Amino acid sequence: MSATLFLVQILNGLQLGVLLFLIAAGLTLVFGVMDFINLAHGVQYMLGAYLAVAFYGLVGNFFVALVLALAAALLFGLLLEFLVFRHLYDRDHLDQVIATFGIILFLNHAVRVVWGAAPLTLPVPEFFTGTVVLMSGLLYPVWRLVIIASGLAIAGGLYALVTYTRIGMLVRAGATNAPMVSALGVNIERLFMIVFGFGTMLAGFAGIMIAPIISVEPGMGDNILILAFVVIVIGGIGSIRGAFVAALLIGLVDTLGRSFSVDILRLMMGPSPARMAGPAIASMLIYVLMAVVLYVRPAGLFPARGS
Amino acid sequence: MSDAALAAKNATRPLRPTRDVVLPALIFAIFALLPVIAALAGKQYLLDVGARMMVFAVAAVALDLLVGYAGLISFGHAAFIGLGAYAVGILSAHGIGEGLIALPVAVAVSMLFAFLTGIVCLRTRGAYFIMITLAFGQMVYFIATSLAPYGGDNGLTIAARNTIAGWPLIKSDRAFYYFTLLCLLATYLFCRALVGSRFGRVLRGAKENATRMATIGFSVRRFQLVAYVIAGGLGGFAGFLLANLTEFVAPAYMSWQQSGELIVMVILGGVGTLDGALLGSAAYLLAEEWLSGITENWKVIFGPILVLVVLFARGGLIGLGSWLWRRLPHA
Repeated sequence: MSATLFLVQILNGLQLGVLLFLIAAGLTLVFGVMDFINLAHGVQYMLGAYLAVAFYGLVGNFFVALVLALAAALLFGLLLEFLVFRHLYDRDHLDQVIATFGIILFLNHAVRVVWGAAPLTLPVPEFFTGTVVLMSGLLYPVWRLVIIASGLAIAGGLYALVTYTRIGMLVRAGATNAPMVSALGVNIERLFMIVFGFGTMLAGFAGIMIAPIISVEPGMGDNILILAFVVIVIGGIGSIRGAFVAALLIGLVDTLGRSFSVDILRLMMGPSPARMAGPAIASMLIYVLMAVVLYVRPAGLFPARGS
Repeated sequence: MSDAALAAKNATRPLRPTRDVVLPALIFAIFALLPVIAALAGKQYLLDVGARMMVFAVAAVALDLLVGYAGLISFGHAAFIGLGAYAVGILSAHGIGEGLIALPVAVAVSMLFAFLTGIVCLRTRGAYFIMITLAFGQMVYFIATSLAPYGGDNGLTIAARNTIAGWPLIKSDRAFYYFTLLCLLATYLFCRALVGSRFGRVLRGAKENATRMATIGFSVRRFQLVAYVIAGGLGGFAGFLLANLTEFVAPAYMSWQQSGELIVMVILGGVGTLDGALLGSAAYLLAEEWLSGITENWKVIFGPILVLVVLFARGGLIGLGSWLWRRLPHA
């Protein structure tokens, strides 16, 4: 367990955390403001990645593909909102869960029909290929640093947007008490649509940014969706700040747990039981963390809704 | 009147012959005759489809206790199926193929897990409850995938079906089919008794208004925990049956998609009616059987159907049936 390995894993954890934040931010806002459980948020992340691959194949330039894919993801999200989601806002959670589950089934298999079941890849943009020496003996891929930086920049921008702008004020007010905001004469449907479109774009952006370092395949959004749920539950539904803190926490705990659980267990037991128990314990860690947080604070670390 | 209020009203009324007796009797009669039909039509695969329907019906009926009657939307119900199935698989891997051991272990493990997670989950409400049960389900899933000695990701093949008191009573597919039918019948009658009892009425009352129930002196959370543990145990029971049906266990049994599909079965049939859970699981597996014959990616068709059911056919198949029934001219 050398210091460089530890640093690399901290950076990997940060990168996962930033990715989770991009997905969880939209999810927590949609949930906080509209009281709408959108299970389909994960497939919107997947769709972002697929669109990026498709547009890259057309134009051959990552950044043009990024812009086009973002626009297409936004359009598709708004289409879904128009066709399905807006009819579900005043339904109970069960209906929302089932309808968005139906959308997951549809999209996961629709991408299979359109692009095939085989994993696709997207090359890292040429300018950001290769690795960079962070310190002696510590090489790190540039693209992962770009992901971390862009994620942190978006987090900062989002914070400013939510804290200092009028629309941000409405979003915060909506997360605290949506009926009151509506009663005060704010066009809540328009606010919902803006928040929803914004969340979709963030999820799509996360999918596009991660596409060069993982394989793009059907169902890639499913597991990350659960992690994003863990994040927003720990952070407190509706809270951007909570989502940010919890995303980094989950990213770090999960990554470090997976990397070092076997090593740590070997201090306490023989190598062979450690090799067996290590992965199992590592995969439990974040859920145990969530259970502990919820046991102590049932509404998460930074609850937004006034109760 | 809301569905729940209707259900609450239904609890105090006498049995209605058509819906409360004829419909379940019809469903069970069809299940009982299916092997005969399959043999006559020369379509033995129907036996397998029917057995699957009944296994998932056990789990769906249990889930309906939570979703339909207690108002607890558990999105981790597949975990209990998985725990029950893995109990059978792991015991069998160690040479214990006795059903009279495997079944109690499967149920006990699931109930214990339900109890431990229920304590935490039931501290939360509404959407938090959905997400936390989802997360606990994923936890069990990932533990199963990291169980390298028991097949890890690939799952575990079971050498043979469980014996009952040393006898290979459920070895043949037809014997297993009728064994499953008995299990489903027992589960159904048990849940029906439970729903109609004082315990069931407290659960429904808490679904309507938890604060009011607490005010008149019920420890709501304790009732809900008991319901959660019972539903978990029945899920383990379904897992025991599933492992014996397929003679194979895999982490996929407890993926969150599987949990979602269980909720879909409950909704498709009609939430808050145990008959609906029976119909829903049958309808789901029929749809899978039929649509997957059309295209390998049958969920491209099924997904939009699901959305349409939610948007336009509230009350599921049972709701649709009683709507049609009301339209019929009655004497």
